[in-house]
Amino acid sequence: MSDALFDRLGGEAAVDAAVDIFYRKVLADDRISRFFDGVDMDKQAAKQKAFLTMAFGGPNNYTGEDMRKGHAHLVERGLNDSHFDAVVENLGGTLKELGVADDLIGEVAAIAETTRNDVLGK
Amino acid sequence: MSKILFEDQEYQCEPGESVLDCLIRQGVSVNYSCKAGVCQSCMMVAVEGEPTPTSQVGIKETLKAQNHFLICSCVPETDMQVATPDRAGSSFDTTVLSRDKLSADVVRLRLVRPDNYAYLPGQFLNLTNDTGVTRSYSLASVPELDDFLELHIRHVPGGLVSGWVAEKLQTGDTVTISQAAGQCSYLPGREAQSLLLVGTGTGLAPLVGIVRDALQQGHSGPIHLYHGSSTAEGLYLVSELLAMDEANAVFHYHPCVSQGTPPQGMQFGRAANVALEDFAQLSGWRVFLCGREDMVKTLQKKSFLAGAAMQDIFADPFIDSAGTGATDVQKKTANG
Repeated sequence: MSDALFDRLGGEAAVDAAVDIFYRKVLADDRISRFFDGVDMDKQAAKQKAFLTMAFGGPNNYTGEDMRKGHAHLVERGLNDSHFDAVVENLGGTLKELGVADDLIGEVAAIAETTRNDVLGK
Repeated sequence: MSKILFEDQEYQCEPGESVLDCLIRQGVSVNYSCKAGVCQSCMMVAVEGEPTPTSQVGIKETLKAQNHFLICSCVPETDMQVATPDRAGSSFDTTVLSRDKLSADVVRLRLVRPDNYAYLPGQFLNLTNDTGVTRSYSLASVPELDDFLELHIRHVPGGLVSGWVAEKLQTGDTVTISQAAGQCSYLPGREAQSLLLVGTGTGLAPLVGIVRDALQQGHSGPIHLYHGSSTAEGLYLVSELLAMDEANAVFHYHPCVSQGTPPQGMQFGRAANVALEDFAQLSGWRVFLCGREDMVKTLQKKSFLAGAAMQDIFADPFIDSAGTGATDVQKKTANG
């Protein structure tokens, strides 16, 4: 099912089309932009791409443990559910801008949702 | 069956096995994450042998041109020698051709270009002084136009390498340099694209190389170069760049001064701010940023938010090297 989602979204080309739009929305969002201060933007863009590939149902080696380690310093700085919601909202907005149908956006949001507890260290 | 040479060890690759799987299977510790050609954390350089086309999908063009590839997506078709990107360098001995002053504190150093010394304008090299201390400096020369290597070095009081260059080095002396590295360069293709280049201090060196390279490759879109300093005396190569602006319809030089009243022909303000005031919308632009780390990082973000694609932003922050009382200003390198 999830492989099929990746194909229905347009595969890697869809990820490429989405990554700049998504990253730009996140950086411009005052609710969450401070968590990205001082990061290496090239490396961060690669991470965004890996995240989008996963959320689009594409190939990934996702481990909850990596996600926990990768966000622990942000949780210390106050990362919480409201910030996670903002990211998911930006993800939906990105897909809408690309003309993706609402039911597919729902499937992507559902996959992103599975990372919530790991990201927030719950 | 292909052989993989990595850090002086040889590994046999099974048929159909990727370079990454081969190294993991034999217990080599390497960076990786997605194993699907997406996250790019396993990127290496092919020193010998050709990376497969699949293993270069999605990599920045400048890195592709330097044989960077993703080892998770490369099932090798030939024997390969691979290296992590920051360890790919070898060194060359060369000779000082000339040394002169471009401004009160910037020295221009020209070196004989060693045989087979390949580089892209805008890349940097490491220069080693007489006591073995190394600093990174950007190349201002262009291989197709210049038979020498040119570096712009800011003389920092007490700087271990810049002080040695400014005070001790003589024409005819032998010096050691590394292979060129870095991904802040102009690549052909999309020659009608608008280019924005912003630099402070000796960040001008790579930008001059990039502009001259773009022009000699026939770039037809507008090229805007902003060079900033607090005072007009801090700028250098001003008359040369004004002459280039005169001679090339597509090239526009914008000297910027952020303190006092700028002399005629110069704009007032910090180069980064002036550039963004002139061009608020950067969709479809290619952007090159070199110089002070805070300027480069801030403008990298601002250019991205102004619409430039991440793949089209080439940022090259310089750092003040931390050391025991030594503060050369140098290029930022992977190993600091």
